Amino acid sequence: MRRDKKNLDSKFLTGKLKTRFTEDIIAIDEHSDMLTAVVKKEAIHEVIRFLKENESLGFTFLTTLCGIHYPDQELQLGVIYHLHRFSDNSRIRIKTFLPLDNPSVPTVTDLFSAANWMERETYDFYGILFEGHPNLKRILNVEYLDYFPMRKEFPLEDPTRKDKDNRFFGR
Amino acid sequence: MSDNRYTTLNLGPTHPATHGIFQNVLTLDGERIIDTEQTIGYIHRAFEKIAERRPYYQITTLTDRMNYCSSPINNIGWHMAVEKLLGVKTTKRIDYMRIILMELARITDHLICNSVIGVDSGALTGFIYVFQEREKVYEIYELLCGARLTTNVGRIGGFERDFSPEVITKIYEFLDHLPKVLRQFEKLLLRNRIFMDRTINVGPISAERAMNYGFTGPNLRAAGVDYDVRVTSPYSSYDDFDFAIPVGTQGDTYDRFCVRQEEVWQSLKLIRNALDNLPEGKYFADVPEFYLPPKEEVYNKMEALIWHFKIVMGEIGAPVGEIYHSVEAGNGELGFYLVSDGGRTPYRLHFRRPCFIYYQALPEMIRGGVLSDAILTMSSMNVIAGELDG
Repeated sequence: MRRDKKNLDSKFLTGKLKTRFTEDIIAIDEHSDMLTAVVKKEAIHEVIRFLKENESLGFTFLTTLCGIHYPDQELQLGVIYHLHRFSDNSRIRIKTFLPLDNPSVPTVTDLFSAANWMERETYDFYGILFEGHPNLKRILNVEYLDYFPMRKEFPLEDPTRKDKDNRFFGR
Repeated sequence: MSDNRYTTLNLGPTHPATHGIFQNVLTLDGERIIDTEQTIGYIHRAFEKIAERRPYYQITTLTDRMNYCSSPINNIGWHMAVEKLLGVKTTKRIDYMRIILMELARITDHLICNSVIGVDSGALTGFIYVFQEREKVYEIYELLCGARLTTNVGRIGGFERDFSPEVITKIYEFLDHLPKVLRQFEKLLLRNRIFMDRTINVGPISAERAMNYGFTGPNLRAAGVDYDVRVTSPYSSYDDFDFAIPVGTQGDTYDRFCVRQEEVWQSLKLIRNALDNLPEGKYFADVPEFYLPPKEEVYNKMEALIWHFKIVMGEIGAPVGEIYHSVEAGNGELGFYLVSDGGRTPYRLHFRRPCFIYYQALPEMIRGGVLSDAILTMSSMNVIAGELDG
């Protein structure tokens, strides 16, 4: 019963998003654990606002916001938003990718107060700049840290060690 | 703030009333709070970075150290997240055992939080009463896995050992004894005039603002939103049980206290139900790639020895995929966003730590109030430094 409702919902959602943002949606995946849409960064604020404020959608809860780094992609840095609609428990994942030399994306703090610290954390670890954020500074690391530690070029181990490269982790 | 009408006061980072290491720089007008600036990160340990270099089974120990007042929920939540990625189906016995353990952890978590609200409002006695009960839960953990605080209990695919008869007796003893203590504790505080005056209308937040701030768990329910992960997306067979979700109306300190108190009663009911109806069956699922084989087999069978070696050395890759799994932890929705590229460690693991998200609402909740109310608001939000800093 629940599954049927969810499937129907993801079709409805995909349709809604595709008609409203034809140009801005790069990919939609309906086969993951929740509907996943990759969106151009210019449209990210508008997409999230639409999901939150459209009457038939109403994703009024921001579950998480976090960064990711894929060094092999052209657009290396990513921001991932998980939104949640309480009324029927549906979730949606929105991703956007940014170039390493200018990793800026509009803030969503005007829509969700919760995004304030989440964006600061993402800036702190990935160096992603959230335009319009009221107080974008480091949150968990010390202020004078001069790099963004979650990026993949910073190994966890002592960089002089030769026995801890990616081959030993199945990559 | 050059205006010398205002006083600046450092609350923390090592202040006894913050119950953890985080700082608030308060701007005060007399005793009224004008504003506060929060500084966190004093015990940040980079778990998300460490997790990118740890085999899946070793990440359980990292989750222990987030909300250390209820580590079994974190451990089991993580195991379930990995099982979701692997597509493992667990038996009913595992599910019920998990529920028993998670609810025990929820009880300890809520007992600490509520008794500390008492301590901060000047009633130390209740704290001592319930801490004795918490000790009994820790003895149960000790029998089950050898550890007390950072439990590292269970494994991907189930448990390392079954509940022994001794554990079951201990849990029943606890279930019989806690209600007496809990009733005494409630007599001390629940309708106590002084306590009510100190907590009603202290640090309130509306349901709308709470949702906007990403509140979950007892803090959100106290504001009147009946969101509980155990009900909306039941995991570990929670849908087999009948339990109530208490909600408040004002979202103030007193409502948060009452919601937690009622949840303890509901958890007691859940544990008894699960223990009475504990199904027969295996206490581990069929995941040879991740669940360590029994020691006798490791010594006597080649195949088991190979699996044992591969698991311990972390030589097993997980399937490619990305999942989000959440459980209802003591403080709210504890989420695991896991991206796997097929390697032996997660490519990216993000913990949705409920404390980190709702603690940022503190300035809005305490602004305009007096300093002593701010302390109570903070302790009723149950900010656990380990979970806050990750």
